[in-house]
Amino acid sequence: MRKLALDNDTLMCVEKPERYIGGEINSVMKNKEDMDIRFALAFPDVYEIGMSHLGIQILYDILNEREDTWCERVYSPWTDADNIFREKNIPLFALESQDKLLDFDFIGFTIQYEMCYTNILQILDLAGIPLFANDRGEEFPIIIGGGPCTYNPEPIADFFDLFYIGEGETNLNELMDLYKKFGKSKEKFLLEASKIEGIYVPSLYDVTYNSDNTIKEMIPKGKDVPKVVKRTLVLDMKDAHYPTKPIVPFIKVTQDRVVLEIQRGCIRGCRFCQAGMVYRPSRERDLEDLKRYAREMLENTGHEEISLSSLSSSDYSKLNEIITYLIEEFKDKKINVSLPSLRIDGFSLDVMSKVQDVRKSSLTFAPEAGSQRLRDVINKGLTEEEILDGAFKAFEGGWNKVKLYFMLGLPTETEEDRLAIPHLAEEIAKRYYTIPKDERNGKCQITASSSFFIPKPFTPFQWAKMYPYEKYNDFAYEVKDEFRNMLNRKSLSYKYHDAKTTILEGVFARGDRRLSKVIETAYKEGCLYDAWSEYFNYDAWLDAFAKSDIDYTFYILRERDENEIFPWDFIDIEVKKDYLLKEWKKAKEGVVTPNCKEKCSGCGCLSMGAGVCVKS
Amino acid sequence: MKARIKFSKNGSLIYIGHLDVMRYFQKAIRRAGLPIAFSEGFSPHMIMSFAQPLGVGMYSEGEYFDIELLEYIEPKKAIDDLNKVMADGIKIKNFVYISDDKKQSGMTIVAAATYLAKLSLNKSSLDNLDMLTLEEDNNKELKNFDNEEDKIKFFNNKIQEYFNRDEIVVLKKTKRSEKEVDIKPMILDMKYSEQGLFLFLLTGSENNLKPNLVVSDFLIFCNLPNNMLTTDYKRLDVFAKNIKKTENIDNLQQENNNFIPLDACTIK
Repeated sequence: MRKLALDNDTLMCVEKPERYIGGEINSVMKNKEDMDIRFALAFPDVYEIGMSHLGIQILYDILNEREDTWCERVYSPWTDADNIFREKNIPLFALESQDKLLDFDFIGFTIQYEMCYTNILQILDLAGIPLFANDRGEEFPIIIGGGPCTYNPEPIADFFDLFYIGEGETNLNELMDLYKKFGKSKEKFLLEASKIEGIYVPSLYDVTYNSDNTIKEMIPKGKDVPKVVKRTLVLDMKDAHYPTKPIVPFIKVTQDRVVLEIQRGCIRGCRFCQAGMVYRPSRERDLEDLKRYAREMLENTGHEEISLSSLSSSDYSKLNEIITYLIEEFKDKKINVSLPSLRIDGFSLDVMSKVQDVRKSSLTFAPEAGSQRLRDVINKGLTEEEILDGAFKAFEGGWNKVKLYFMLGLPTETEEDRLAIPHLAEEIAKRYYTIPKDERNGKCQITASSSFFIPKPFTPFQWAKMYPYEKYNDFAYEVKDEFRNMLNRKSLSYKYHDAKTTILEGVFARGDRRLSKVIETAYKEGCLYDAWSEYFNYDAWLDAFAKSDIDYTFYILRERDENEIFPWDFIDIEVKKDYLLKEWKKAKEGVVTPNCKEKCSGCGCLSMGAGVCVKS
Repeated sequence: MKARIKFSKNGSLIYIGHLDVMRYFQKAIRRAGLPIAFSEGFSPHMIMSFAQPLGVGMYSEGEYFDIELLEYIEPKKAIDDLNKVMADGIKIKNFVYISDDKKQSGMTIVAAATYLAKLSLNKSSLDNLDMLTLEEDNNKELKNFDNEEDKIKFFNNKIQEYFNRDEIVVLKKTKRSEKEVDIKPMILDMKYSEQGLFLFLLTGSENNLKPNLVVSDFLIFCNLPNNMLTTDYKRLDVFAKNIKKTENIDNLQQENNNFIPLDACTIK
């Protein structure tokens, strides 16, 4: 029987002891004496969130397939446990072996959103590991970062020894092999690692700045160090490892089901979307492989639900086949099939009525912008007629709840564009009430919600400006007031979030290396779990900027010059900066770009010879 | 047809709460491929009911749940198939077929349970033991912990004294209220051996006595400071009234064999 790191008293006084005991079905136990490499995968948020993440499961599987490596997991202790660990000086430990993190060779963080940055520091701190890479000697584990936020790793660069930029399946094994060879010297290992595709070692680069605070140059230290870091990507999804024995948590986690990733990347080219650019080209998984994964995963986990996962699932060419298969194959076993948001057409409505409890569910549309003009600016290939027709078809099919997602603060957005949001909702409600009274199902409920747009690196909008906090609230009030003027206002509702986190996310999304001291200061002042509204402390963050002598508005309020060197320009994602700039200009003119299946728009990925680029 | 499954819960899994144990078994039954029946309706769920929730942090050798099966499956095969998919800490110990009668479900017939409470001086107290003024009345009894034989004698004497009273009144706290209850009729048996303090208590929907309530009251009675001792609880088994025998007997307390373990309520 495993010995737990926490004693009975501690476990009995934390809210959910299951977060700290490991031992879940399909978690991997190995004999540590036989291991060359001990790797802790860290998700800097609470267990229930981290356990719901497919990427961790993939990496866990790849690493544990190696006989010389034991990969374990660690999550952010919740605030109750955090207090106890500090008070009792309990070093943070990994779930499987319950050994302290200091015993490990690697701690690999997956970094999904900017608001988890202080939680990264929490994990290091509780483990007894110095926060800054250059304060860490040979005796400390090597700290790796990966995931979407590493497409601009600079704000957190000083905390990490290396970043893995791109998809984990490709070069992780090469990195581990290299560690076995050179692991005795961190310096040598990091230098050699920097030559692997996708690996970025921040300490091997110097950054110089212009007098206006923009970046002048990023200079590799030494001839051996590559000037450009190429993100790495699986060319053929057949080669991409799939974890068919995912871990089954004891407690209910956010994603308490089997997740079937049907494709990677997206053909659409929405100009605000980072995932749509950095995972190009769009690559589909093989239908027969998917069927097998689904069967095996359901058998190995005992989950009662399976959910498809991808960007823009409607674009998967075998969508009909896979959904029909899942429904038919697992009907008798009472397995729920849950669908991601689909484009609303005859097919998807038919499928949805087959798999979902009609009375409970609502349909979701993401027009992102209220006016057609603005939808063209963001290249959301969706016309007003398509939205209204889709909604009408849904109403005819018996649905009476519709959710609509929008963004506010988009480039070129005017008051007119914002007011178009309530107007669109109103039009949808009007369509509903054209159905004769005895044929419709009471009142309809149209719920619009909006978030604030944040420009992300490697998108055509990476040059765009953001707004001061107060401005965002004004935008939301305009929309809210207009909703009150609508005839069908009783069938409409509108929700929006506070803009405080928007400001911070905006700063960190396009920030540079100088921000690491802000994050450190904020953490030391008590900021933690910033993604959780009950813990987010905006004023403490503003203090941290002031104390660090950094004007955060520099990172958000200006439109960037076409020639500006960005902190992330050293990363090559195949999609060329010229192309993004061309898209930025087309956006301002409201000119749409066709999707990858319609016509190649020459983003730069064609030469990879993969996915959608080959088929069309 | 209905089956009753008995399992033990040990190791780190004592920290899994009741609802999560239910979820765990729903998934385990799917992994094992048992032919379980589902309810009708829009969101079908497994027909499954648990006998008596176990507190978080408690060990158990006798947990039960009932399931409805679509077809007969050899008990030994069922046990093996389930044990193949168990997490470290949960073990299937028995699988028996039971009556289809709703009144015979585990939930309804639970009447008593046996427990073992292991009392030990907690670490920090041991360190401080020398510093304690053992002459002080309150701590005198701690000396008995040095010698196993003395300890057994001491506790069994105390148990006798504990019961030689007309009633044993304790303060029972629920979420809504606090009230004084005489727990004496709910304690079927209590004795101390080298394994620990054995308790046989009424349990279930009518009368429910939790072991920690008895133990903490008993320790106060023994003049033992509660905070110096750590108590590990283990449920040993859960019992139903033995209907056939109880018909003509008035005093249940005297006749502990009027209770039979839940997995003895079988049909052929």
